[in-house]
Amino acid sequence: MQEQSQALAISVRDLTVGFGERNVLDGLSLDVRRGEILGLVGASGGGKSVLLRTIIGLIPPRGGRIAIMGAQTDYGDTAAMQDIGRHWGILFQQGALFSSLTVQQNVQFPMRENLEISQTLLDELATAKLEMVGLSPDDGNKFPSELSGGMTKRAALARALALDPEIVFLDEPTSGLDPISASDFDALISTLQQTLGLTVFMVTHDLDSLNTVCDRVAALSDGKIVEVGPIEQLVSSQHPWVRSYFHNARARTRAAESH
Amino acid sequence: MSDPTLTRGGSPSSLIASGPWTAAQSVSLERLAAALPTIDAQKKDVVIDLSRVEHLDTLGAWLLERVLRRYQLQDLKPTLVGVPERFRGLLEKIHDVNRRPPVPQRERNKLAVGLERIGRATAGLYTDFGHFLAMLGAIGVSLGGAVLRPRSLRATSTVYHLYRVGWQAVPIIFLITFLIGGIIAQQGIFHFRKFGADAYVVDMVGILVLREIGVLIVSIMVAGRSGSAYTAELGSMKMREEIDALRTMGRDPVSILVLPRVIALVCALPILTFLGSMAALYGGGLVAWFYGGMSPDIFIARLREAVSVTHFEVGIIKAPFMALVIGAVACSEGFRVKGSAESLGMQTTTSVVKSIFLVIVLDGLFAVFFASIGM
Repeated sequence: MQEQSQALAISVRDLTVGFGERNVLDGLSLDVRRGEILGLVGASGGGKSVLLRTIIGLIPPRGGRIAIMGAQTDYGDTAAMQDIGRHWGILFQQGALFSSLTVQQNVQFPMRENLEISQTLLDELATAKLEMVGLSPDDGNKFPSELSGGMTKRAALARALALDPEIVFLDEPTSGLDPISASDFDALISTLQQTLGLTVFMVTHDLDSLNTVCDRVAALSDGKIVEVGPIEQLVSSQHPWVRSYFHNARARTRAAESH
Repeated sequence: MSDPTLTRGGSPSSLIASGPWTAAQSVSLERLAAALPTIDAQKKDVVIDLSRVEHLDTLGAWLLERVLRRYQLQDLKPTLVGVPERFRGLLEKIHDVNRRPPVPQRERNKLAVGLERIGRATAGLYTDFGHFLAMLGAIGVSLGGAVLRPRSLRATSTVYHLYRVGWQAVPIIFLITFLIGGIIAQQGIFHFRKFGADAYVVDMVGILVLREIGVLIVSIMVAGRSGSAYTAELGSMKMREEIDALRTMGRDPVSILVLPRVIALVCALPILTFLGSMAALYGGGLVAWFYGGMSPDIFIARLREAVSVTHFEVGIIKAPFMALVIGAVACSEGFRVKGSAESLGMQTTTSVVKSIFLVIVLDGLFAVFFASIGM
């Protein structure tokens, strides 16, 4: 049992989250293993982002427990949460880069706040991170408003990776990207996951991402995880919502193309 | 957790790295990488043994890479041995970074930058004025259209905006002008008393409030309250492409969005000015009574002697023009919002600053005009 909880990066038990009368998540349980890429799918407005935001502590849960890297979270304890916060990096859907700082300064920001290192090393590390996510060192001097959609996502990923987190949360990483940039970004996530040994929790609608990079996929419907497993298992699932997700006209076209 | 180390190994040209090479140890790691053990230049090969490194992250890997590069600069051939399998990918990735320093930002002459800014601001004045005139013109054209075909005027929208900028502004206007009137009276009594002229405070309050202060304070309040709201509303519509959508449907955004707002403002401002002036006189009267000991009967009697309908006219005639300026500036700035939220905030600020400035300039021009026609 001890062994098993060691292997879990995130463990969510009986999580209930709601707004007003309605419970968006209702007794949800989900495990994310260390070193895997887990994709989360669900209907629009079905609570995928709510689950992600609850795990990272932006929405208070009504009930249930969440453990990160084996440690129970207590969202009331700010100091403890800051400590846990160093274990994860978050790529928000719109990038959430600080608009008043350059890309280089954005990447340096978490390091500057948390580590005692010299400016030279900060510069070198920030450039290193930018190059690792496929940006050129010259892009570091640009402001977020000067970046294209794909570059914004890459810069935001570089910032998410600034403190070498063990877990990376990605909120719809390929939304708003053209298919070429999206597939490049998928490849990047896959490579970085292997080099840095990351655990990736990815909310996505992109069937190609699910097929190519995710080790396991979890389907969220009616506030619960209804199916979790490798993509093949979800495709052959008998749950009505999961069936229609993977067997609608668009999904079938893609499946036909890939054969 | 033990400290990271980089020590000499068995032979003079071998080094052993051990411990955690991670960001948590950044201080000691940076020191380690800075103080490199010197290697005898006769020996070309340096061997760094990594088998005892417990943890490695990007920071540690980069510092190791830095050590390697510094030995290479000393004409040595450093090699890594005993690299644990799990670190190999990261080290390879780090091996390729920071090969080319970023192109440094071109330092520009400070004087040239300053001159350029002044030049741009000056040129910007013309375009700004152009936008203002264009908006006035567009309002005129759509007003003409509305006069020719009264049914094309958006009556519901006009009434709604009249409610917002007129009725809803009444409490705050009352409060502010009441206080201003009281303050003027108090200052007047306090200073006029020194030479026994405190009775003249009624003249001062009456003339000042009716001619200048009433309309000016109300205009500034409305510019801050309603002008900024207009800019923000139209700006966010521009951001969400609603205005483009209107255009593609063959509708003129000026007659649909701007005209009702400006008409509402032009109707509301004289009313608010009247209410504001009355509140200021009331405040002045109360202060004269309680602070100056002048009974309300005397205050009203003196006020009747001191002010004439002309003073009231001078104040109230200015109000619709102030409203037009505020409305035109607010709407033209709203249409100039670009795609981002920063631009919306900037344009809203500009709108308020510009309309307050223009209101005061206009007030000055009116003062000259009324003085020359003897009003």
